[in-house]
Amino acid sequence: MQQPNKLVPFFENLNFERDDNTMVVNFGPQHPSAHGQLRLMLELDGERVVKAHPDIGYLHRGIEKMAENMTYNEFLPTTDRLDYIASTANNYAYAIAVEKLLGIEAPRRAQAIRTMLLELNRIISHLFFIATHALDVGAMSVFLYAFREREFAMDLMEDYCGARLTHSSVRIGGVPLDLPENWIADMYAFLDKLEHELEHTYEALLTENRIWKMRLEDVGVINAEDALSWGCTGPILRGAGVQYDIRKEEPYELYGELDFDIPVSDRNDSYGRYMIHIEEMRQSSRIIKQVVPIYKKSEAQLMAHAPQYISAPKEEIMTQNYALMQHFVLVTQGMRPPKGEVYVPTESPKGELGFYIKSEGEPYAYRLKCRAPSFYHTGILQKVLVGTYLADVVTMISSSNIVFGEVDR
Amino acid sequence: MAQHQVNYASAAGLPVALTSVDKLINWGRSNSLWPMTYGLACCAIEMMATGASRYDFDRMGTIFRASPRQSDVMILAGTLSKKHAEFTRRLYDQMMEPKWVISMGSCANTGGMFNTYSTVQGVDRIVPVDIYLPGCAPRPETLQYALMMLQKKIRRESADMNKNTKQNLRML
Amino acid sequence: MRKYTPKENVQGKAYYTDRFWVAPSVPRSEVTEDAHFVKLLEKIKQHVGVKDAYVQIGQMIVHINPEDNFTTLKLLKEQCDYAMCSEISAVDYLAQDGEFEVFYQMLNLKKAKRVRIVTRLKEGQAIESVEPLYHSANFAEREMYDMFGIVANNHPFMKRILMPDDWEGHPLLKTYPLQGDEAASWYEVDKIFGKEYRDVIGPENRDPSRIDRYDTKRFSRVGYEVPFDADISEGEKETAIEYSETLLVNYNKSSKQLDERR
Repeated sequence: MQQPNKLVPFFENLNFERDDNTMVVNFGPQHPSAHGQLRLMLELDGERVVKAHPDIGYLHRGIEKMAENMTYNEFLPTTDRLDYIASTANNYAYAIAVEKLLGIEAPRRAQAIRTMLLELNRIISHLFFIATHALDVGAMSVFLYAFREREFAMDLMEDYCGARLTHSSVRIGGVPLDLPENWIADMYAFLDKLEHELEHTYEALLTENRIWKMRLEDVGVINAEDALSWGCTGPILRGAGVQYDIRKEEPYELYGELDFDIPVSDRNDSYGRYMIHIEEMRQSSRIIKQVVPIYKKSEAQLMAHAPQYISAPKEEIMTQNYALMQHFVLVTQGMRPPKGEVYVPTESPKGELGFYIKSEGEPYAYRLKCRAPSFYHTGILQKVLVGTYLADVVTMISSSNIVFGEVDR
Repeated sequence: MAQHQVNYASAAGLPVALTSVDKLINWGRSNSLWPMTYGLACCAIEMMATGASRYDFDRMGTIFRASPRQSDVMILAGTLSKKHAEFTRRLYDQMMEPKWVISMGSCANTGGMFNTYSTVQGVDRIVPVDIYLPGCAPRPETLQYALMMLQKKIRRESADMNKNTKQNLRML
Repeated sequence: MRKYTPKENVQGKAYYTDRFWVAPSVPRSEVTEDAHFVKLLEKIKQHVGVKDAYVQIGQMIVHINPEDNFTTLKLLKEQCDYAMCSEISAVDYLAQDGEFEVFYQMLNLKKAKRVRIVTRLKEGQAIESVEPLYHSANFAEREMYDMFGIVANNHPFMKRILMPDDWEGHPLLKTYPLQGDEAASWYEVDKIFGKEYRDVIGPENRDPSRIDRYDTKRFSRVGYEVPFDADISEGEKETAIEYSETLLVNYNKSSKQLDERR
């Protein structure tokens, strides 16, 4: 452990010797604002931040290196742990990158289920955002209300795939399971409740609240030029006035056929981002309601038919010999995609999540890089936090919706 | 359904002068365990869900305190990376006696699925652990059960301050 | 003598390698269909030397020389509206070619088009930082340095970002093992307790299925508990601890008699 003495003082005290007398505060890797392991070294002049230096890497687990040592299918549950609040979004981004590499497309019913799961994950993630943002700013009861709604949504996810938090509910080539019996009815009940709560609890408690507005307006101002230059995407970019949503501009899954709006705010500050999150939840519930008839009309095929890369459905594996042989080969050796590289961007609840996969024809990926939105959002903190008060630092960090599983991978 | 009644007279102890001082002190310690929020990764979300509306943690007497000086139990939830290990040990040393550690999730128990260069293979290389919770992420009910097991363990311990310090019981 | 295992690529190999398998390639097409890409490629060719260009999965990929990366990206930013640099990273080809392949993934928001600029760097060669143009390179190039050892010149803060500052080795190189080398495995013990504690704490347990029957520091058998770190190679004695604090209420026996005649 560090033994400070006169020659080697604690780094926090180094600045007291200087003339300009700024204080260095270490917003340590463990702090109660529940965002994970961010270490911010702030130089404060009184209450104003003069310099902010984010130090990350406290959750680096070597996920990209793991991908070079596992087959493509084995790696899918590891992608769950990147953005662990909306796990299906990561699973899906990885699955679609591999599918584009292979050149296959998931069947219609799988696309419908995937879209519904993605939007449900968006709702889960945005509820978590409201919960933690409110908790950091000080409105603690909103934390409990939002987690109550979140529990219902996680019940739905659990009914589908068995897990509350780390879902692995999407496979390369489709989805593994069909929706259970009452899932759609439960989903409708949940969406009605959510819309009711959005209007009567969250908006009623926060949107016109004088204290909330005073804490959030003009805090964390990110204008369009900065957002584009620093690589910010998702709600931060839309909060700066740039209308860019990958679901509309580069549509994937069923988004090209659905009718939904993209909330954009030109306020550039945290209040605009908060309003965008609330409105996106409403749009998500609108999307899910449009997908349900598509699901009902689709024929019951859940995985793509590509015998070279994807195993057959379980009924065939258990009864047909060749399906069993192929499944064995695919599980033990792994599938061999074509040689080449692919980068597919998707709109995760946090921003643009994309996987760059380079394959050399081997069953293990040669290089996998995960483009995580929170990585770049942590980068912009260096610029945004300068000139703000210390209390606003907390607001800004929670407003940028950073998840450290993604930042550090 | 059978109805369960907690028999206070046996292991939990009653706040009545009939029971010994040990039982009284242990009753007080176990029923108001203040955890330090050491949520690192995904298990932190489940820990927060345990503290939230449906699986209320406050009914066990816990209040999540952020400061190590004011907490009794350190719930290590999530993957500990080698960069972070130094700070974990520093915060553990700053906690006051008596202190306990619950290691939540596979990553904290043994390094979990991350058998890589930058993950500490088990948090018990750094701090002594009392309860290990399996799961990835463990359900909130598992964490509640772990806390209840920890409470039972505390009630069994002797309340003598000098005998129970971690320096005597553990090597680290 | 043990068999010599080549150390250029110590990553895992697939369980069974098919010697006669020839992998197909992801289909590429010429840059002739898409008007936007055609114009963009011509503009790039006017300013820098292009080694290769093709369209793959809807995105154009342009191979250039490493000295031209700043000029190309400046051109993309100022004249062609590529306002965001989504990603910068490298691929380690040291075993095959002795080179790194660095790519820049660019996005044009107005037209929703993506372009990848790819260069090849020799080992030890540094690349010019594009941080003045795109600030997202601030963190991305630091990560490239941390993981591969590729230095970006004129970067404002070229230090390690994900690994600790005193880490030895660059993790994502193919020569770096997944489970870490010697320095990595003792890093946290040395940092916190000092080198003397290496034998006290012991090496890492990298075998996920290792079970130690006589471990009494981490496990205790329900009903046969022993004190911490006791020796149980001869067997344990049964202990009488009542685990359940709850009693089942017997409804058949009523404790209160309401009617005093009974």
